[in-house]
Amino acid sequence: MISLTIDIVLLIFLLVMAFAILRVHHLLAVAMMFGLYSLLVAGLFMVLDAPDVAFTEAAVGTGIATVLMLATLAVTRVTHEKELKKTNKRALFIVVVTGGLLLYGTHDMSNLGDNMAPAHTEVAKRYIEKGQEETGVPNLVTAVLASYRGFDTLGEVTVVFTAGIGVLLLLRRKQKPRIKGIQGGR
Amino acid sequence: MADNLILRVMSKALIPVIILFALYVQFHGDYSPGGGFQAGVIFSSAILLYVMVFGLDAAAKVLPDKALIFTASFGVLLYAGTGVVSLFLGGQYLNYSLLANTAMAGQHIGIIVIELGVGLTVASVMLLIFFTFARRTRVE
Repeated sequence: MISLTIDIVLLIFLLVMAFAILRVHHLLAVAMMFGLYSLLVAGLFMVLDAPDVAFTEAAVGTGIATVLMLATLAVTRVTHEKELKKTNKRALFIVVVTGGLLLYGTHDMSNLGDNMAPAHTEVAKRYIEKGQEETGVPNLVTAVLASYRGFDTLGEVTVVFTAGIGVLLLLRRKQKPRIKGIQGGR
Repeated sequence: MADNLILRVMSKALIPVIILFALYVQFHGDYSPGGGFQAGVIFSSAILLYVMVFGLDAAAKVLPDKALIFTASFGVLLYAGTGVVSLFLGGQYLNYSLLANTAMAGQHIGIIVIELGVGLTVASVMLLIFFTFARRTRVE
């Protein structure tokens, strides 16, 4: 009963936040509301017994992403959205079709907690039954991420690293131009 | 925001706790929720708070870009290097079972080491990205 109430409250707040983001035209407020939206999603992950994901969502979605958006707003010095005269019909069409397809896709999803769902009948069974004795790590999420799926996690870390390199290469300011030709002639 | 007394006092009280929590999430990740990625982002959010209250220059003194670039690359190397070590010990790439006498102890050591690598890389890359963005806003 309590968890149902929490679910309903969180989902209602999510909807309110989504509509508020659509209606508000002040970009600073929108950035802050995206942060709040992430915090609510983190709460939902917590209700779904996924504290690992909730940690990430709360720290990245609410903290770092919001601050990065604020920093970007400060660089561009644009605080207000451009006024649109009329609705873009093609964009509306694409959004409606994509949304319809996504809704249609949810029909094939198995129910929450269904133990016959494909995700639970294959490798997950072995992780749950043998994970502790094979890795000696009580937290199954860590065992799967770091040991069974170590190769995938290495890829993810490399992606984060590559993103950092990309941002540094694109945005980092150098005190003086490296190539001498540019410095001298016009 | 450095002239706001309440913000200064509160963030000075909060930042050590956040960093301690990040370290807990990092090194206790095999028993409780969390791990390298979560610890990295929590650590960097503590530094973010510091930058927003005390300014970029104060944070850059403690964490210069060169050091961050080094730790970002070192984390990836630590992770990939663990795999290479297990290769040299006669196992498969990233199979930690041979890192210690028993397979279970080896797995445990391997997981702690690679989580450390993940945490180092994630924390330093997040901070690098934020510092780079923040510098763009200041110098115009």
